[in-house]
Amino acid sequence: MAKMNMVQALNSAMDVMLQRDPATVVMGQDVGYFGGVFRCTDGLQRKYGEHRVLDMPIAEGGIVASAIGMALNGLRPVAEIQFADYIYPGFDQIVSELARIRYRTAGDFSVPVAVRVPCGGGIRGGQTHSQSPEALFAHICGIKVVMPSNPYDAKGLLIAAIESDDPVIFFEPKRLYNGPFDGDPNKPATPWSSHPKGEVPEGYYTVPIGKAEVVRPGKEVTVLTYGTIVHVAEAAAKATGIDAEIIDVRSMVPLDVETITASVKKTGRCVIAHEATRFAGFGAELLATVQEECFWHLEAPVERVAGWDTPYPHAFEWEYFPGQQRLGAALRKVREAA
Amino acid sequence: MSSASRLHVPHPPARPGERADFSYLKLSPAGAAARPDARASIEEVASLSTSLVRVLGEEHRATGPWDPHLEPADLQVGLRHMMTTRVMDDRMQRAQRQGKISFYIKSTGEEAISIAQAMALRPTDMLFPSYRTQGLHIARGRDVVDLMCQCLSNTRDMCKGRQMPIFYHWASGNIFSVSGNLTTQMPQAVGWAMAAAIKREDHVAAAWTGEGSTAEADFHHALTFAAVYRAPVLLNVVNNQWAISTFQGFAGGEQQTFAARGPGYGMPGIRVDGNDFLAVYAVTQWAAERARTGAGPTLIEHVTYRAGAHSTSDDPSRYRPKDEWEAFPLGDPIQRLKQHLIALNAWSEEQHSALEKEIEEYVSASWKEAVSYGTMTEAPSLDPDTLFEDVFKEMPDSLVRQREQLRALRG
Repeated sequence: MAKMNMVQALNSAMDVMLQRDPATVVMGQDVGYFGGVFRCTDGLQRKYGEHRVLDMPIAEGGIVASAIGMALNGLRPVAEIQFADYIYPGFDQIVSELARIRYRTAGDFSVPVAVRVPCGGGIRGGQTHSQSPEALFAHICGIKVVMPSNPYDAKGLLIAAIESDDPVIFFEPKRLYNGPFDGDPNKPATPWSSHPKGEVPEGYYTVPIGKAEVVRPGKEVTVLTYGTIVHVAEAAAKATGIDAEIIDVRSMVPLDVETITASVKKTGRCVIAHEATRFAGFGAELLATVQEECFWHLEAPVERVAGWDTPYPHAFEWEYFPGQQRLGAALRKVREAA
Repeated sequence: MSSASRLHVPHPPARPGERADFSYLKLSPAGAAARPDARASIEEVASLSTSLVRVLGEEHRATGPWDPHLEPADLQVGLRHMMTTRVMDDRMQRAQRQGKISFYIKSTGEEAISIAQAMALRPTDMLFPSYRTQGLHIARGRDVVDLMCQCLSNTRDMCKGRQMPIFYHWASGNIFSVSGNLTTQMPQAVGWAMAAAIKREDHVAAAWTGEGSTAEADFHHALTFAAVYRAPVLLNVVNNQWAISTFQGFAGGEQQTFAARGPGYGMPGIRVDGNDFLAVYAVTQWAAERARTGAGPTLIEHVTYRAGAHSTSDDPSRYRPKDEWEAFPLGDPIQRLKQHLIALNAWSEEQHSALEKEIEEYVSASWKEAVSYGTMTEAPSLDPDTLFEDVFKEMPDSLVRQREQLRALRG
């Protein structure tokens, strides 16, 4: 075991797979010589050469399309989109091509591409470097969508994504790259080295796609969340003293309905939280699932906590961010409801 | 206030009721274009992007440096494939009119492009077709029954009923799936070619798009990536003058040829007579050799004419003169190759009629066989259970449940 932050864990996942499978290639803007703007691919080109760790033009559509073509020719591309906010020029290639090639060819062609997408705010990125567009991708049939919340899961899920024979959109909450940010921007940052999930094996392992994880067992309220808000929810539970069962959904597609419903049936109360905007966010799908599967077990209306339905504002980042205060208020409201 | 500034709105040279006018097409005489070495610099091939490579000239003779010197037997194979494509197209158009299939797209007038190019490439080269390149399948030896079954969405449909007609693919024949989102295949072909180069294999990729959809961003991505990585790929623009009702000027063809995009990105652009089987073959051979020897991609503009409607849902008499096809200066590719073979004393009207009859019988028998595997309205039918397959490699629980729901509804 080694201590790794999320950047190092992601780097290690790609390193392991480049070593293990000659079909693996890493590609994207600035990922090669420079090692990526977030350093996730640091050193990989020096180790594996510029044919396997490719710098690419600023053209997300071209990056996704060429990854598709490479996958059709037997490679396993790991394509980095520098910021989730910039993925939209590649959206058609993802929606109309990547997601549907297996289906439209009745399984005769498939495109095992992993698309790495740094997402989320809290880094003073304004509306062009802060978005969490996971719901846009979860709505598309034929791609898996995941978002890890810690280094251990990041490495294991990325290896699983690279090995997946289906395409995977892999969201990386960049506020978590260096530590388990709990939503309080005023206190000193905590490093991953002091967190149990910062213990990461150096070699090969996977975390299965499609499995949620109970990160804090509890009896009073279930919290369904993922990404940065996992840590915010843990801090809010601690601050309010509410015995919340916090579930890190990890995989939006496929969704682990079993783990989610088992918990909500047990607690009878549920808060759903994510950083993305609320309206038609992925929380709406979680809420509908809870309603369909757990309605007769619910003791209180389900609460949603999410980013406001506005673009991510630069100056009012912490007013926008669904922090501990809003999580805590929702936990209290749901616990105290009759 | 007045100003010299004025928005230019392109207009086609002629509308319905007006005389067809192709004076805008710049033509070169057969044999006039130089044929540089396949590894020549971009500067040395620059003139090819604005001239027109033609081989078939006066008296239907092959002339000039681009003559690929094919054996008459090969030309006869090409003629057969082109005729098969046309006869199949006509049969399927009728099937649509009879309500047997929902939709069809003919390639009439453009057959030389698919057939000559598929013949000039190796079977191991990967093809990324557009929706009007069904000849690629024919030239690679596909049974037309397979294509018909796809159009019928029947029990032998390679797409399991998931795609409207003509969206074929052929994994073992190295032909990728047609997409309805136009030009997506161009940068994908570049990626495929990049992978071939990464693996140090000498296979090349080829992709086709119409001139209309060169306006899509994916076309720009394809040319940028192909040029940056010198990918072994042939990027083909089939300039058939019309994108449904939109004439080629709206895609940017008024001021510059489509082939001229190539040198702008740093690759050769070659403008070729797309109705000249020999010229298309020769240019493809040149570009494939260039790609295979590590000298990178080529953009090829095939000047041709969409003789039929865009699709069975289109009525071109509403937007272009009825006699444009007859007035098109580059003629009919099948007639031109036939006349060339006759000029070589390697073909006759009698042989031609006999071949036509043979192909019509083959296509007719194929149709009878294809419908025996079912149609959209007649048994045998596909199992609706299959609609949940192949979304993912393994069916997730959510789809297993939805499949159960549909089964319950079906009773």
